[in-house]
Amino acid sequence: MGILDSIPHVNAVPSHRPWPRVVVTEAGWQAAIDRLVEGGLTLLGLWGEPTAVHMAMLDAGSAEIAVVTYECTAGAFPSVASRHPPALRLERTIHDLFGLVPAVADDLRPWLDHDVWGKSHPLSGRNASRDVRPYQFLPSEGEALHQVAVGPVHAGIIEPGHFRFTANGEHVVRLEQRLGYTHKGIESLMQGASLEAAAKLANRTSGDSAVAYAFAFARAAEAALDIEVPRRATYLRALMAELERLANHFGDIGAICNDASFALMHAQTGILRERTLRAADAAFGHRLMMDVVVPGGLARDIAPDGIPALRTLLAEIKKVFPLLIELYDNTASLQDRTVTTGIVKADYARQFGAGGYVGRASGRNFDARRTLAYAPYDLLSFEVPVLEAGDVNARVWIRIREVEQSVELIAQILDLMEPGEIRSAPPAGRGACEGLALTEAFRGDVMAWLRLDGDLRVERCHLRDASWFQWPLLETAIEGNIIADFPLCNKSFNCSYSGADL
Amino acid sequence: MRKTLFESLTHGSLTEPAPAPDESALAELATKVDRAAQARLGRSLAIREVDAGSCNGCELEIHALSNAFYDIERFGLRFVASPRHADVLLVTGPVTKNMRQALERTYNATPDPKWVVAVGGCAIDGGIFRGSYACVGGVSETVPVDLHITGCPPSPTDLLKGLLALLEHVSAKG
Repeated sequence: MGILDSIPHVNAVPSHRPWPRVVVTEAGWQAAIDRLVEGGLTLLGLWGEPTAVHMAMLDAGSAEIAVVTYECTAGAFPSVASRHPPALRLERTIHDLFGLVPAVADDLRPWLDHDVWGKSHPLSGRNASRDVRPYQFLPSEGEALHQVAVGPVHAGIIEPGHFRFTANGEHVVRLEQRLGYTHKGIESLMQGASLEAAAKLANRTSGDSAVAYAFAFARAAEAALDIEVPRRATYLRALMAELERLANHFGDIGAICNDASFALMHAQTGILRERTLRAADAAFGHRLMMDVVVPGGLARDIAPDGIPALRTLLAEIKKVFPLLIELYDNTASLQDRTVTTGIVKADYARQFGAGGYVGRASGRNFDARRTLAYAPYDLLSFEVPVLEAGDVNARVWIRIREVEQSVELIAQILDLMEPGEIRSAPPAGRGACEGLALTEAFRGDVMAWLRLDGDLRVERCHLRDASWFQWPLLETAIEGNIIADFPLCNKSFNCSYSGADL
Repeated sequence: MRKTLFESLTHGSLTEPAPAPDESALAELATKVDRAAQARLGRSLAIREVDAGSCNGCELEIHALSNAFYDIERFGLRFVASPRHADVLLVTGPVTKNMRQALERTYNATPDPKWVVAVGGCAIDGGIFRGSYACVGGVSETVPVDLHITGCPPSPTDLLKGLLALLEHVSAKG
């Protein structure tokens, strides 16, 4: 049975690749929400245009994806969030940016809009204004409750966001996040941009996932244009994606331990992270490997010195990392902080379609590299670790196991890669077309959707970070924990602010 | 066990010779930063980092300054948790409108004398985010900037060089 069989639709958009996009009426839209509520489908994204909303959904069993589109003829669309909570922040964002009204919404407070842009609904294409009211946090009532307000400027070197804790003594009763501080208007900058300029923006949507974003953006463009990428380029893309995963996982493992006051691990993984970035620099000329992955392939090939640098890196990791795992595993005082702390319930992970280590530490067996098997992962052999405990410790272990897998993947790629072309030219004279792609960033799946016009310019592009579906789970994970464990929980998620604020 | 592990790991990574150009550049920086910092600030320059809407790439490289390779604290430079403890604000990002007020407040909370270093292409003029309805574009449009460090993102070595330039600038003024 196909993903769209139970969703009545009016017509399919022929230029949308590789998965279908169909236009639905209210009946089809509600049927799609039914599938999400039942758990048969997972919400991948919900985004707007001036007069339409799109919803991408995944059938994890059959690895099928579909996009349904509802035309908002009256400036409104049936609310998804009122029946399926994971859509809430996405829906508030659509209202902020496009002025489209979800009906009937339980919560229509602004999300990205902090009343300082000088205009309302900036992507709606019209001069609209909305009522400006002070932002109300959700109430928590009870004797002896107090609030702690943190951010947007934090104590560490991290991104800005506001956390409003309500606590009873040391115990957190409710955490509410207020984000949007890093909203740069990336979607509006994308409009009318050349493929090259848009790819640069994609690289800088969340700098820690520059490769994953560039990879997703490029694949969406290639799907839209229906072009094949040379085999060597796909291998090198995966090589960079795995290097990026290694660097971030090393950083995270150390930072989580550091937030439990175990600085030794932080120092050691910091060395591995730096070695990884230096090898990336030697191989691709940029420590974060920005602007190497471009639509059609790669902007440049791996440097001749890159391959020995990478082999040296792998040998070093294989030598040092097992000792660090042993250190983590045998330090009881550290385990005391990470085991049973910040538990994400498996039901929530499934309902929210939580990607990356957040989902996989809570039993959600999904990894875009395996489930969707995009090139070159269809040719590589690797395992996807899954745990059930859902605590900080489980999220550390998922990262540890993924480091091991990434090391193996890089070794395989170095062995399999053959000389050849690294870029296909985009075809001239193709009409308007649309593409969708998912790639697995270190923190979870990144989705890229775009529509190109006949001159290879981006008409619309939407990028969805894994953090959209992870941030809300952090609110649930901290409940009942003490405030002092928040940094630990937060670091074990390491959600992107910039990626979700756009 | 841990002691052995610590010794063997630390020993190994410290003795391994790093690439020559990097090593010499770092050594040169080490002497210069050290002398200048000592002269002006008595080996103590406290830095408060403020992300004013960056993509987080700059934060990753600023973090790297504290790793074993760059070890910024040996120069007397250190990151502090509050602007009230800071001499220098290290500001990244195209200053999103949603962060402008927080940046102004952080600046106002920093005691004099203070210096602002704008880090990365976005912090100079908004970079690739310039012209967006959501960005002010350039740190200097919000708070006075003493120095820009370019790069997208600047490497840790570039950041160290920039902080040295700041110290020379400060000495010239004083």
